[in-house]
Amino acid sequence: MSDERDDVHDDAEIDPEGLEGPVLFYNEVVIDHFMNPRNVGELAGDEADGFGLVGDPSCGDQMKLWITVRDGRIARIAFKSFGCPGAIATSSMLTALAENRTLDAARRITDDDVVEALGGIPEKKRHCSLLGVRALQAAIDDWEKRRSLP
Amino acid sequence: MIYLDHNATTPMAPRVFEAMLPYLKERFGNPSSPYRFGNEARTAVERARKRIADHVGCRPAEIVFCSSGTEADNLALRGVARALGSKGRHVVVSSIEHHAVLNTGRSLEAEGWQVTRVPVTADGVVDADALARSLRADTVLVSVMHANNETGVVQPVEEIARRVHGRGIVFHTDAVQSAGKLPGPLAGLGADLVTVSAHKLYGPKGAAVLYARRGTPISPVTTGGAQELGLRAGTENVAAIVGFAEAMALAFEGQDVEGRRQADLRDRLELEVLAAVPSARVHGAMAPRVPNTSSLGFQAVDGESIVLGLDVQGICVSTGSACSTGEPEPSHVLLAMGLSREEAQGTIRVSLGRGTRPQDIDLAVRALAGTVARLRQISSVGGTAG
Repeated sequence: MSDERDDVHDDAEIDPEGLEGPVLFYNEVVIDHFMNPRNVGELAGDEADGFGLVGDPSCGDQMKLWITVRDGRIARIAFKSFGCPGAIATSSMLTALAENRTLDAARRITDDDVVEALGGIPEKKRHCSLLGVRALQAAIDDWEKRRSLP
Repeated sequence: MIYLDHNATTPMAPRVFEAMLPYLKERFGNPSSPYRFGNEARTAVERARKRIADHVGCRPAEIVFCSSGTEADNLALRGVARALGSKGRHVVVSSIEHHAVLNTGRSLEAEGWQVTRVPVTADGVVDADALARSLRADTVLVSVMHANNETGVVQPVEEIARRVHGRGIVFHTDAVQSAGKLPGPLAGLGADLVTVSAHKLYGPKGAAVLYARRGTPISPVTTGGAQELGLRAGTENVAAIVGFAEAMALAFEGQDVEGRRQADLRDRLELEVLAAVPSARVHGAMAPRVPNTSSLGFQAVDGESIVLGLDVQGICVSTGSACSTGEPEPSHVLLAMGLSREEAQGTIRVSLGRGTRPQDIDLAVRALAGTVARLRQISSVGGTAG
């Protein structure tokens, strides 16, 4: 950003389809995942095999994510999010994508996969989709770390 | 739809629309044209100027028509800066100004000006003592808004005017959010320059005025024709100006009664919200406020999520000002009041209007309470289950 000149007119900031003004519009899939998020909750005890925490409420969005691992697969997944609609919807979709996947396959889920599964999100909200991806990777890391302990 | 975002814009009053129609249709003349058909448009503009001047409490020649509140604010700040730049290059604004003023101040800074941003109290009131202390020998302009767009808090503009005057400093106030909501003529505030926008008071978008007290040093910032006493070049938006005059007249009809009605509804809204939602708070509640605005904070949830949750149910409210929506930064107004980023992020603005009915408030509160409770169940912050 810092190397961009602000004294030259640049149409890159204008959405060519005119759909994204300063106000953000979400498609029906995103609104569904925002209104009815999948896998909301917390896992505890034997079910909490891995835990990931990313973000910080003092600087925007935050997400907590728990996984239960059985036979190398994500048997259960649960999350809680503090954040904007984009953060909630992408968190929800990420958990839907990760559920029942092998850990290797779950690790390969990218922010682009989440956005694509949602049918797109406003450009300004793309960064939200990283929140869930990073939380899932942190939870898998946590599981691996715990397993390696004696 | 329940529309509770009147600080963003208002529906045009039918009377205003009717007054405008002839100037959008058959009376399309240019006010500057030399024949009688053009003169019809000129007459309409000058009659509108007179009507607005009567309500502002000034002379018609002190009314400058612009296209928006933002343009009027730009004319005020840049115009005075240009007129007085040789005298001094220091400007004082409050830290809770609209971006039209704040960003114009930043632009002046980039041009070598110094800008002081005066803090506010926890209730969102500009600290008049701090403002007085910030004045310097080279201060040429002070700009403090009359009512804040996010909190509705009314600023001590008269007191600031008294403390600024007598020192050769020009005082501007952006009254976009107070015009039509508070009694008394705007010229009585004591400011040299006052901004008012038509679409915030049931007039059309595309018209605003800068009241410029006679003798105020100000230069044009657009170059072109000699319209608007040479202060604002460009063909007048005749229909919008005519509509603005009608809207201004309407704003002052029964203003006291309507103001009390909206204040009662606002109080009802806040009492119901505080009763229905745990850990809710009203920002600026202890300060004097315009009757229609409520800034409501909710722990552990995000304001944009509340706005979308209500939008899905057909209810329009806002996070801070409409301009900042979509920006990741929380409201500068709430941060200036000492709120944490998380508190600012969990805040929505509800602004009532002439069409707001008691049942709208009750429905909105029910939807709001449900939305906040649902978001708190999703929230990773705190143990609040709503």
